Amino acid sequence: MRFLKAFLSVVVTLVFIWALQTKLGSIPPLGKFLNPATGFWQNAESKHITVNQTLKLPGLLDKVTISYDEHMIPHIFARNDHDLYYAQGYITAHDRLWQMDIQTRSASGRLAEVVGPGALAHDRYERRMGMVYGAENTISEMMKDPEIKQVITAYTEGVNTYVHQLTIRDYPIEFKLLDYKPEEFKPINCAFLLKLMSETLTGGSDQFAMTNNLKHFGAATVNDLFPDQHFNEEPIIPVGTKWDFKPLLVPKPSKGFEAQMTAGIQPPQKIDGIGSNNWAVNGSKTASGYPILANDPHLTLSFPSIWYQIQLTSPSVNVNGVSLPGAPCIVIGYNQKISWGVTNVGADVLDWYQIKFKDESKDEYWYNNRWNKVTRRIEAIKIRGEQTEYDTVIYTHHGPVVYETVAKKDTGIGYNRNVPVGDALRWIAHDTSDDIKTFYLLNHAKNYTDYRAALTYFTAPAQNFIFASVDNDIAITPNGKFPLKYKDQGKFILDGSDPANDWQGWIPASQNPTVKNPPRGFVSSANQSSTDATYPYYINWQFGSYYRGKRINDRLTAMHGATVDSMRLMQMDNYSILAQDVLPTMIKYLDPTKMDAEQLKAVDLLKKWDKRYDANSIGATVFDAWWQHFYNLIWADKFYIKGEYFQPPYNDRTEKLLLTEPNSKWFDNAKTQATETCTDVVNRAFYDAIDELTTKNGPQGEKWEWGYIKQTYISHTASLPGFGTGNFVAGGTSGVIDALKGDNGPSWRMVVQLGPQVKGYGILPTGESGNPGSYYYDDMLPVWKSGQLSELLFMQNPGDGKGRIKKTVVLEKKD
Amino acid sequence: MLFLIILILSYAAGFFMPWWVAAIVAFLAALWIGKTPGRSFWSGFFGVAFVWVALALFKTVPNDHILATRVAHMFTLPGWGYLLALTAVIGGLVGGMSALSGILVRRLIWG
Repeated sequence: MRFLKAFLSVVVTLVFIWALQTKLGSIPPLGKFLNPATGFWQNAESKHITVNQTLKLPGLLDKVTISYDEHMIPHIFARNDHDLYYAQGYITAHDRLWQMDIQTRSASGRLAEVVGPGALAHDRYERRMGMVYGAENTISEMMKDPEIKQVITAYTEGVNTYVHQLTIRDYPIEFKLLDYKPEEFKPINCAFLLKLMSETLTGGSDQFAMTNNLKHFGAATVNDLFPDQHFNEEPIIPVGTKWDFKPLLVPKPSKGFEAQMTAGIQPPQKIDGIGSNNWAVNGSKTASGYPILANDPHLTLSFPSIWYQIQLTSPSVNVNGVSLPGAPCIVIGYNQKISWGVTNVGADVLDWYQIKFKDESKDEYWYNNRWNKVTRRIEAIKIRGEQTEYDTVIYTHHGPVVYETVAKKDTGIGYNRNVPVGDALRWIAHDTSDDIKTFYLLNHAKNYTDYRAALTYFTAPAQNFIFASVDNDIAITPNGKFPLKYKDQGKFILDGSDPANDWQGWIPASQNPTVKNPPRGFVSSANQSSTDATYPYYINWQFGSYYRGKRINDRLTAMHGATVDSMRLMQMDNYSILAQDVLPTMIKYLDPTKMDAEQLKAVDLLKKWDKRYDANSIGATVFDAWWQHFYNLIWADKFYIKGEYFQPPYNDRTEKLLLTEPNSKWFDNAKTQATETCTDVVNRAFYDAIDELTTKNGPQGEKWEWGYIKQTYISHTASLPGFGTGNFVAGGTSGVIDALKGDNGPSWRMVVQLGPQVKGYGILPTGESGNPGSYYYDDMLPVWKSGQLSELLFMQNPGDGKGRIKKTVVLEKKD
Repeated sequence: MLFLIILILSYAAGFFMPWWVAAIVAFLAALWIGKTPGRSFWSGFFGVAFVWVALALFKTVPNDHILATRVAHMFTLPGWGYLLALTAVIGGLVGGMSALSGILVRRLIWG
């Protein structure tokens, strides 16, 4: 009996402790996680800051001083470049180690290794898209460049010095929650980060859906509804800009492509308008007589922020701005002489090629009138708690055949929907590149010539690099490595057997579209088309819509005596060009004689609406719902068909239909007996919109305000409840300058006033620290929400910044 | 006495050993000087629970409970106090059950 009691007690205790040490499903190991000696309580940072600290670190060559300002942004002063990038790596790891780990895992398809089989479909997708293959190509190229090799190696060394110091109690909380250990940082992680940006900004494609459109609707309809020249254009390079180069011969369309486009002449709505803005005005338009540059890149907002603010100073460089955790140098920022920023170009650098295999073995494919051998790449995917999976991917000279059979295409992940089965992927992210060199050179740049030289190294994802200098030069260049293509090559899936469909080389970097000091006194971009039709090369058939670009250009054209504050206010501008274009016509079509009091009230409200998406605007809510219903009534019955995958036309084409083709057949709903006209659809959409809003929110009132209707939130990268903001009230929407909607919006806002004393202003949506237990996890959020910017501290000497320096850390060489 | 020994040793062990060493401490202490199963259990329970609460408070008070509040919400608990209680109970059970095992084994060996 005694024995049984003792035995039972010991066994129960051991099982209990084992359970507390083990991760069960998504629940962290409770003993490991909750015990205060090594668990999450250790991640709680004290409000009492250690003002002075000295750390001895192996591998440093000399002393490094790091001053932290009131947002805990580090300002690094190093005595040589090795120590500078070493310190950048060390400090970034200190604040963002888990983010660096998880984004590498996500990009390289190694999530299942830490979260289990649930992430397997994701991992297979990343591997099959060739992310690892691309990163390997890129890092080998970067390591051939001695300058960049030194930078990446020093950065890696810094990160690893930090990783090696950690004991379990110091692990960032996410490691404790997911129950795994930080691992060594590798140089290839820098490449993975760039590939991740390429994937975010160029990894989507509508070619599969467009090809379905072509098969279903025929070439004539597709040419009509998906034109290359859009109804509204406001290209980045001002219309009429002359091209001062002799273009290469543009390749001829393949025979197959031509046949496809003339054949017989019969046979999830994309989120348009979310994206980034940048602009620069020269001295003729500013109060100070020197240029001002503004940039707000829009990406998925998250905790921790995608950007990490930092100042880097050594005898060779002094630069301030934001970096990407996991890569050395500053990506967007300024130094004493110049400032630069980026928005996405949206070039077509991802194409699908139909592959004809010889037989079931899939060892050979037809190309250039003969059979060619494939190669195979084996991807080993480790899975937590299970056997490693070995996945073989077939490569043609185009690139990987992402899914060679329907069975290979995992269901349950939405983002692989646009991947056509049986087709090979040609994607710029697979190419060798030395993109970090561009940022390294921009960090050091002193003038326009340096800016132009820096851009030649950039491959992908192509960006609209905007520039301003103290010499009163402004410029913008849609820049990256653009494949040399015939017009519309890659608008649809291509025949992979015809060499005429291959990318025929590259547009020379010097011939990328660019403009310097245009007569209008400003340059700008908002993801819209790069050039007018006179540019000799093909970049893409469609870009972001013109709405934000037009608003920016309208305001800058009218602007005189601009200050930093004028630019700050412009970044918060939420005036809708779409509403300006379509609202008068839509109201004209309404028939008030058939309306009830609530509907009439809404019409009255719309007539008075200032077309701004303010948080307290009801007009914005009504217009937005009305337009959505209008759009869906026209296209949904034709393009959203169960079991089919089509690309519906964009807002721009819908606008053209409303304004210029009121008798178009597209207004007719195929499912009804009657033949609907534009008037019918506009009125029906209005009734439906008001009905829907009333059902959801009661009679018109506070609950109808745009800020409540629109969902706006910032979540933790791992969607951990309690670690994000939840919903908050905010103005803005897609298609206006302040394109804040859902969790997409300005991930960094910056305004830089050039001059003898350069002054920068900026704000992150969350905070500098990635630790939810830090006061600096979300300290910038209130400032960001209010539309204010912080004056950036740009120190010239280690002693500068009196009153703003909260903490100083000295790194010393450990013998 | 047992309570104090468990309290002091599990506190000291926490600084350089894994969290489950508290269980070994409670087990051995009760094996050594445990009196009755009931008293041993509660000595182990409160010995470890006190240490865990004290250490947690030491970190979370200067933090104004920012982190504990976030983590509490993640566990769908209404506030950080509940999380502290959960921590105390888990630590307490580890200590208590280990001490209980200790005294029961002691009785088995020495009668």
